Formats: sequence, structure tokens, C-alpha cells
Amino acid sequence: MNTRVRLWVLISAPALMLLVFFVLPMLNMGSFSLRQGSFGAARHIWTFEHYREFAENTSFQRLLVRSTWWALLTAVLTVLLAYPLAYYLAFRAGPRRVTLLMLLLVPAWTSFLLRILAWKLLLGSEGLFSAALQALGLMDEPRPVLLYTPAAVIVTLIYSWLPFVAMPIFAALDRMDRSLLEAAADLGCAPWKAFLRVTLPLSMPGVAAGFLFVFIPTLGEWVTPALVGGVDGVMYGNIIQDQFARALNWPLGSLMSVVMLVVMLVLLGGAAWVARLLHIDLGVE
Amino acid sequence: MSGFAVELVHLSKTFAAGQTGSGDVAAVRGIDLGIRAGEFFTLLGPSGCGKTTTLRLIAGFETPTDGEVLIEGKPMAHVPPHRRPVNMVFQNYALFPHLTVAQNVGFGPSVRHMPREERERRVQEALALVRLPDIGRRKPSQLSGGQQQRVALARALINEPAVLLLDEPLGALDLKLRKQMQTELKHLQQAVGITFVYVTHDQEEALTMSDRIAVMNEGLVLQVGTPVEIYEQPTSRFVADFIGETNFVQGRVAGREGELVSLVIEGDRLQARLPGDALALEQTVTVALRPEKLNVEPIARANGTGLRGTVREVVYLGTDTRFIVRLATGEDVVARVQNIGAQGLGEFRVGDQVNLVCAPDDVRVLTS
Amino acid sequence: MRRLRLPSLGALYYALLAIFMYLPIVMLVVFAFNDSPLMVFPLKGFTLKWFGELGKATEMLQAARNSLVLGLITSVVATVLGTMAAIATMRYQFRLKGAFLAVTSMPLVIPYVVLGVALLLLFSTLGVELSLFTVGVGHVIISMPYVTLIVGARLAGFPSSIEEAAQDLGANYWLTLRRVVVPISMPAILSAFLTSFTTSFDEFAVSFFLTGTETTLPVYVYSQLRFPSRLPIVVTLSAIVMVCSVALLLLAERLRRSGEPGVRKGGE
Repeated sequence: MNTRVRLWVLISAPALMLLVFFVLPMLNMGSFSLRQGSFGAARHIWTFEHYREFAENTSFQRLLVRSTWWALLTAVLTVLLAYPLAYYLAFRAGPRRVTLLMLLLVPAWTSFLLRILAWKLLLGSEGLFSAALQALGLMDEPRPVLLYTPAAVIVTLIYSWLPFVAMPIFAALDRMDRSLLEAAADLGCAPWKAFLRVTLPLSMPGVAAGFLFVFIPTLGEWVTPALVGGVDGVMYGNIIQDQFARALNWPLGSLMSVVMLVVMLVLLGGAAWVARLLHIDLGVE
Repeated sequence: MSGFAVELVHLSKTFAAGQTGSGDVAAVRGIDLGIRAGEFFTLLGPSGCGKTTTLRLIAGFETPTDGEVLIEGKPMAHVPPHRRPVNMVFQNYALFPHLTVAQNVGFGPSVRHMPREERERRVQEALALVRLPDIGRRKPSQLSGGQQQRVALARALINEPAVLLLDEPLGALDLKLRKQMQTELKHLQQAVGITFVYVTHDQEEALTMSDRIAVMNEGLVLQVGTPVEIYEQPTSRFVADFIGETNFVQGRVAGREGELVSLVIEGDRLQARLPGDALALEQTVTVALRPEKLNVEPIARANGTGLRGTVREVVYLGTDTRFIVRLATGEDVVARVQNIGAQGLGEFRVGDQVNLVCAPDDVRVLTS
Repeated sequence: MRRLRLPSLGALYYALLAIFMYLPIVMLVVFAFNDSPLMVFPLKGFTLKWFGELGKATEMLQAARNSLVLGLITSVVATVLGTMAAIATMRYQFRLKGAFLAVTSMPLVIPYVVLGVALLLLFSTLGVELSLFTVGVGHVIISMPYVTLIVGARLAGFPSSIEEAAQDLGANYWLTLRRVVVPISMPAILSAFLTSFTTSFDEFAVSFFLTGTETTLPVYVYSQLRFPSRLPIVVTLSAIVMVCSVALLLLAERLRRSGEPGVRKGGE
């Protein structure tokens, strides 16, 4: 049997799966943004109506900008929190470092919805924080702490992603050759300079992986804001979900999804371009 | 039967641009070779010369772009690797990490559905052959490099191939172990009588082990011959340079008396023994001189033949002394003189004028 | 005399983050044993009654069973397809390989809401009614890239000369896959399977759009979040699931590590 046949046997099933249930749906979604309505005859009428609607509705655009900003903020904060942790584990925690990392991963492997629920309960008016603040005399009646604010959304998201961001950074730091730091010291580099000029650049692929791991899903997130965000914490993902779950305006929802994908790809492409310009090795294409 | 275990007929292999990332690469460019049954045949050349590609073409891992491979007289064009009567010892051994040593060695017999008892007996024999009788239950990762090497050999030999292909099998071993394995491999080959096709870039390894050597460069076979022929009578500058150390000087044919040809090198004169009359008078030639064939004499003893020059450097090497002599042309020539007693070292110093002489039999004239 | 050693700044930081990570989880587990239908502080007392009432929550148990079956089927499919894609991309050169690679990894960079919406639209266009099948399709698309990544990394970890050796020794291609490639990749394949399973079992953001009348556990849990009185029993089941999935994932991680050649053991 020759190589071509083998390759076909191996590749046809996964390729077909991805074509029919990934590529096709994406194209179909794009075409849906040009339909007039979700059902019946309106589905077969082609129009730019929703494009106009989206362009004119500044609240959609504001929400998109705000969600992008929150996703960026969440990603940066998570990386900032995770980096010292990964650094401590890789360089200072000794032989137990992998176990210590796994220990932090355990809570993250529990039900996604329940973790959000836990935060809702923690921050609620009858939650632990409220009770603690009352006990300390800092609050005189049961009131929610942060709950139904943007801060609650961001805290909960950071909680969801933190260990997964620490993982790639830890991996990048852990496989770093320790003699590189010795070489830097030997060449007269102060420790903090060695960190900036050797350790940090070498861990950039891990940082980039962690950043993307947070940024992409957060931009499209709708479950966390729906549960802990309240009115002020609504994100772009929620209005997409709304077009399908309640408003049943599928064409508009499709258009919103397409716009989000375009914004995301442009941002990621731009980031990769800037990184290449600055000669930062992100280890991603 | 042609008597050849392996025949390569105008064999060529070009890797398309897509596979290499650059332009098309002609790895093997029309090789014709006959490897005799039972011989230890070596493909020798620098990295990138096409020797490994040639081996992989014989094994069937690459498909020729032109020409063909015959094994025991049968064309192999449509025979996949798993049906060819050859086995390979890979450069990195390629032992199966998930199987024990015994399962590794028994892999070939097992895929050919050999009954269990016979298979186990054969595995024992094969492991005994490579002098590793008691490690059948271990995993490859628990073995030393030398042991892995022997397991790879046993795994190939157990199938009694017509030809055993070895791709730089000793490359990963340290020097001492390599020397030891060279001898062992040679003995093993003589004991089992299987044709070995051995790929290496190490000229010393090739010279010590082989019955015949094919020197390759840039996808071509430049010379085929016994180790002595390759060393003593290189036919090209590349071979002379790649095998051992050689000085090259430019000369001109000045005359011929019978088999003796007179060569003029910048006013100096050398004689070479060359039967036949391939050389024309006044023709420019390259003269190849092995350092150990040159003798250093005081300039006073010069009698018209020899290369005159000044000693630039004297290095004592224990068994012999290495002189670097600068000729009138400005070229440096290396001579190695055996140390007999305390002579050699004491006789000449840096700055001395000397005459380098060479017996006519040892002067190689290269026209290409 | 031994001097008392203060914990380092790093250790302190680690401890703080550990509290941050465990506090919500521990609180949920505490509520599973709290003798009150309301999940509020202060606690009312210890009880095991929620475990007893689990048996009566037939709707939830059905959803859990659906999730279990769905998880098993989708992770088998995703593992098989993802492994095939990994072998094809790691061991073959072909035209459009770049495009194929891009498409296999693309689901990783698409927010789940878009994936869910796009599949919903596709099924609507094709006239396919939403059911556990449509949810399963979504899960396979989510899991496949992870499988391809995990198994691909394993394949990159051993040289293709090992496969050539098997063929050289007389095994044809499929036998080589069965006796050499798959066994060597087994730790990664198992790890990928377990990762797919836990992903599917916990997946909500995509499932929400693709669920028909029969629900999965996360979709059911989401529908119950509005009814505080049903929460304790949901939390109780989730606590049990939590323990099981942690055990599974620890196993997966162990398998993945045991399969790595030259794993760096800590301490050197």
C-alpha cells in the first residue's frame, strides 16, 4: 500500500469531521448574518439590514470595546498573579514543585458552573465575605460584596484561569537551563538584570500561551457575567447569547459573532506582528 | 546469479523543494555499484554526501527518482521495506521503548508468525551472538549505549537478512567503546557471513573494517576499492584529501624516461612512477604527497630531486615528528618522520633549510 | 541551636493563592453537609440528608447519566479522530498540510459561544433536531484539537526511525501502527481520552445552545441555579463528581508524565 493511500485513510475522517462541523458552520454563520430573519420565509431573504443595525447601535459597539478591555485586563492580571507563582515554584520550591502546582490545579478541575456559583455565594449578602465584614464591624447589615459588579466578573474569571496560566509559565521556566543564569552572573549581570534579560525573554512563550488561554475565552464569555455580573457586568457574549436564547434574532447574533471573531483575529494578528517587530519569541505562530 | 548481493543501477534521488524547505536537492546523482555477497562494504563520505540516502534507498525507505536497486538480482522497485530481504541497524538504534530487549529482538520473527518456542530459542541465540545473554527482560532505557547497539544488531541479525545495512552504528559511542565495537563488528560479520553495507563518515573506521570502500561526495561515488587502494592510490583530489592527510602542490610534466615521469614544481624536481602514457608533456597536474611518505633531509644533501624549503614548525608527537616546511611558492607542506632513537627531533630546527624527498612510487599525480 | 526559619515571601504568596483557590471549593463541600436548604452563613449544623435525597432526584440523575454516556462516546470519537490527525500531521508531508493544521487547531482559538451558535445554526439549516447527538458533535469539535496536541507531542517525542525499524523487521504499515506507534503513544492517548471526557462532562457554554429535550448535567445544573432550595442537592452531587473527576485527572496527568521520555524528576 502506498503512502498516498495511507495518508487518505488517516486524514479523511478527521478532515471530514472538521469540514462539516467546524468550517461549514462558520461559513454558514457568516451567510446567516445576511438574512432578514431567523425562521420561515424571512430566513431566505438576503439583506444588509443587520449590518446597518449593528453600525448604528452604539451600545453594541461600546459593549464590544468594554468586553475586549475586560478580557485584556483579566488576561494581564491573571498573568501578573501567575508569574510570581510559577517563578517561585520553578526556582525556589525544590523537588516538590510539580506536586505543589498540581495542588493548585485540583480546584480548577471541579465543575465550572459550581465554581462560579461558589463565588456568587461567597460574595452574596449572606456570603462569607459579608458575614466576615459584619463580624469585624465594617458593615452594619447584610449586603453583597462586589457581587453584580464588573469586579465580580473579573475576580471570578481570574479564579477560573489562574492555575491554567501558571502551568505554561512554569513549564517554560522549569525547562530553562540554570547555567544560563550562572553565565549571566559570571558576565557581571545583576540578578534583577539577569531576570529581565535572560529569564523573562525565555519565559515569553509560556506567558504568551497563558495570556491567550485567558484572553480568547474571556472575550466570548457569557456564563460568568450572567451569574455574577448583574446589569453592570454584562459582556458582549451575553448579547450574542441573548439573540439566540431570547430575542431569537439569529442573523443579528451571527453578525455579532462574526464581528467578535474579526476583532479577535485582528488583535491577535496585531500582537503577533508587534512581537515579531520587537523580536520577542512567543513560540506561537 | 550475478554474485552481487546488492546492485545499484544509475540510482538517483532528488528531494523535492517542499520536503526540504529550500530548492530541489539531488541527494544521490546516478550511482552504479555492485556489492558482492559476503563482503563488508562501506559507503564513506562527509555528511550530506548522500551515503545515508543510498542506504535508505536500499532499505526501501526512500523511492528512487531514477535508476533501480537490485537485491540478490531481483529488482526492488515495487517491494515495500517490510518485504525486502535486508535489515537495518539505525543510527540511533531505534529500539522499541515499550518492549523488553527480548521482545525487541523477537519482533521480526513475531511479525512473521514464527512459533513461540522457536522464536524464544532464536532470541536467546541472537543475544548470545552479540554477547548479551542475560538482559532479555530489561527495557532499552535501562541499557548502556554499547548494549543498545548490540541489541539493535541482534534484532536485525535474527532475521538472517541477505544484507545488513548499518547507518553510522557506532557514531553515538565514546572513542574507546567504538574501537572495541569495530573489531567486534568485523569478527561478527566474518562469523555470520552476511553482506554488510556500512555507512560512516569516519575514514579510520572505514579503513579498519571494510573489505571494500566506496568514497562518496555530493551524491556521487568517486572511487571504489580496497582500503589499501583507496589510501595508496586515490584517483581524485577529494579522495586523497578526505582519506588521511595529504599535501597538494601544482606541477608540470617535464619529461619521461620509461615509467619514470619528471615533474617540475616551481624550480624543484620530483619523479613519479607512472606506467602508461596518460600524461602529455608540459601538462599541468596536481601532485599529492602523503606526509608520512616524505623524508626530511639536510639541504646540503640535495641532488636535484626534492622540494626545498624552510622549516616553519616542529611538533613532537611521540612516535613521530611533524614538520611544516614552507616552499619557495609560499605553500606549506607537512612531513611526518618516524622517531628512531632520539634522531628526528634534534636534527632540524625552525629556520633550517631542508629538502623534502619522496620515492617515485609514492608520488601521486592527479589530473582531474 | 536551631534557628526558627521564617517562611519565604514566595512560600507565603503560594499559601495565599492556595487559600484563594480552595476557599470556594471548601465552602461548597461544607454546604453539602449543612442542615439547611439555604446556602447561607452562618451554618445550621451537620447533616447527611442531602446524600440521602440524591436518590430521589431522578431528573438530575438522568442528566448525570446522559453526561456520562455522552462523555464516553464523544471522548472515544475525539480520541480516535484526533490521534489519526496527529499521526497524519506528524508523520506525513502533503499539500495543504498548513491549511489542515490551521483547521485542526482553530477550534482552540474560537470562543465557545461562537462555536455553539455556529453549530446551532448549522443544525437548524440542515433540519437536524437538537438532541444529545448535536451536543456530542460540539464536544467532539472542542476535544479533538486537544487530542491532536497531546498525541502529536508524544509522536514528536520519538523518532520516526522507530517506525521504519518495525517495517524493516517485516511489519506492514498497519501492523506498525498497532504494535509500535499506538503502544508507544498509549500514555498520551489515554491522557487525551481522560481530558476529553472531563471536558465533555463539564462543558456548558456550547452545550447550552445544542441541547434538546434531554439535558446534560451542566445544562440541568444551570437550570436549577435560579431555585436556591434545590441547590444543596446539586452541590452534593457535584461534590461527589468533583472527587471522581479530580481522581481521573490526576490519573491522566500521571499517565502523560509517565509516557514522557526522560521525565525530569524533581530535585536534581
